[in-house]
Amino acid sequence: MARAVSTRRKTLNTALAGTLGFLMFFPILWILILSFKTEEDAIRAPLEVLFNSGWTTESFATVQARSDYFKHFSNSVIISVGSTFLGLLIAIPAAWSMAFVPSKHTKNVLMWMLSTKMLPPVGVLVPIYLLFRDTGLLDSRLGLTLVLMLINLPIIIWMLYTYFKEIPGEILEAARMDGATLREEIIYVLTPMAIPGMASTVLLNIILAWNEAFWTINLTAANAAPLTAFIASYSSPEGLFYAKLSAASIMAIAPILIMGWFSQKQLVRGLTFGAVK
Amino acid sequence: MGQIQLKQVRKAFGEVEVIPPLDLTIEDGEFVVFVGPSGCGKSTLLRLIAGLEDVTDGTVEIDHKDATELPPAKRGLAMVFQSYALYPHMSVRKNIAFPLKMAKMDQAEIDRRVANAADVLNLADYIDRRPGQLSGGQRQRVAIGRAIVREPAAFLFDEPLSNLDAALRVGMRLEISELHKRLDTTMIYVTHDQVEAMTMADKIVVLQAGVIEQVGSPLELYRKPRNKFVAGFIGSPKMNLIEGPEAAKHNAATIGVRPEHISVSAESGAWKGTVGVSEHLGSDTFFHVTVAGFAEPITVRAGGDVDLHYGDTIYLEPDPALIHKFDANGLRIE
Repeated sequence: MARAVSTRRKTLNTALAGTLGFLMFFPILWILILSFKTEEDAIRAPLEVLFNSGWTTESFATVQARSDYFKHFSNSVIISVGSTFLGLLIAIPAAWSMAFVPSKHTKNVLMWMLSTKMLPPVGVLVPIYLLFRDTGLLDSRLGLTLVLMLINLPIIIWMLYTYFKEIPGEILEAARMDGATLREEIIYVLTPMAIPGMASTVLLNIILAWNEAFWTINLTAANAAPLTAFIASYSSPEGLFYAKLSAASIMAIAPILIMGWFSQKQLVRGLTFGAVK
Repeated sequence: MGQIQLKQVRKAFGEVEVIPPLDLTIEDGEFVVFVGPSGCGKSTLLRLIAGLEDVTDGTVEIDHKDATELPPAKRGLAMVFQSYALYPHMSVRKNIAFPLKMAKMDQAEIDRRVANAADVLNLADYIDRRPGQLSGGQRQRVAIGRAIVREPAAFLFDEPLSNLDAALRVGMRLEISELHKRLDTTMIYVTHDQVEAMTMADKIVVLQAGVIEQVGSPLELYRKPRNKFVAGFIGSPKMNLIEGPEAAKHNAATIGVRPEHISVSAESGAWKGTVGVSEHLGSDTFFHVTVAGFAEPITVRAGGDVDLHYGDTIYLEPDPALIHKFDANGLRIE
């Protein structure tokens, strides 16, 4: 029997969910509004901001003039896409071996990898900073790509591992019987079957890398700074400039929001970690 | 050519020995069926021959050449899996062509062979569909098509019909037998269904707990089961096995009589019993008869129009020439 829910309850729940959703979305909405205001209007009382002030794109122009948005944007793209694909290169063979030729210790290895995500990043900031300084990787896109790849690698491996686990072993054995070498088995059989899973892994990791702020802010100065560092540069010792900060934030989050919007279906599958088919 | 020889082959998973050392020769062109209850090691044995599992000890020879260390692809064998194991992202055509593509065969030859296989298996109409759009029987045919295009030394079938419904299973059984007659290639077929084994095999290998209980033609196994296990496993319904004083009369620990070798009479016979449940198949009727002094009910076969009811008293008379005798160790006494 289907669970009975009365219409009254449904309405109540919908209203509650709508309210919660709006509350969560509100900061972003407010940033969007502020980004179209002048600095003077942006710090007025909320109601005045809403109903008693004009609209302008001045802040966007100022932000672009002060710091080159497109340079930061391209840094973000290179670092997030680069770290994700570099991670895939390592994660595919790793997940393959754990999913299809597991040993007694596979579960432990997986848990150990996940446990590295529990370590507070600040705990390793000093050694990594020193390593980067001595190898000349500070403020370089290569350095950031590497560090973000390493940070997200456990997640990439875990996601691929769960997707690979869903692929029946008999199909890979059939490929082996059909004369496929290990390389051909991965290229012609495993990868095409795992493409939906890989797509959501890629999307999720690009988003995680795009939004990563700790390492990107601490390890960059001018050259390799992505959009996260670009936003942070607007909270400066001279004080906060709400309108410009908002404009910078909108410019930084818009690309990833748009990408996320269009890939919702893949993302939901990715976030459920292959639990539902 | 496709002669396969197992010499002292042994398989253990860690501490657990699933197949104690065994020898077996499969001649070129033979249709051999491995049959046994679940977990008897028949699939493992097939996978050892395929190379999908490594043998722990012993050697596997294919056409008199040691293939023990060869990877599956190099053994020249083709396998049909229980789940069909088709590549879901490829069309039927690409599925069938896959092994040829892996063998780097030229495209014209691939096309010729795929067309030929599609023709033999009636797949021409579905050739550009994906496996997801096919029925179970069609998928099974694609899996067989993928196996035959390579012209392998031998075919390995791992319970290929167990996912099909009963009617389709009988049809595919005939098709596979037909294919064997036409191709005249060695086939090794694993099943837990003794009817499949009896109807298809040139030679049956009965396995229990990794040990070969008996090897022989279907009728040899039916007429002269080497031990109690084979006697009970081959034949449907299964042989009646009787212990105790009745067996002692024949100087045996156990005697066995098949349901079809017992005659039923209303007046007289060796054993007097009471009719229990009866199963009417139309052509035959199987009665389960309780006989005083026997531990288990006796199954007997009678004609389709025998009029007996639950609780009736009847007399049973086993055919004395067709009583199987087994000693205390369960081995056949001649």
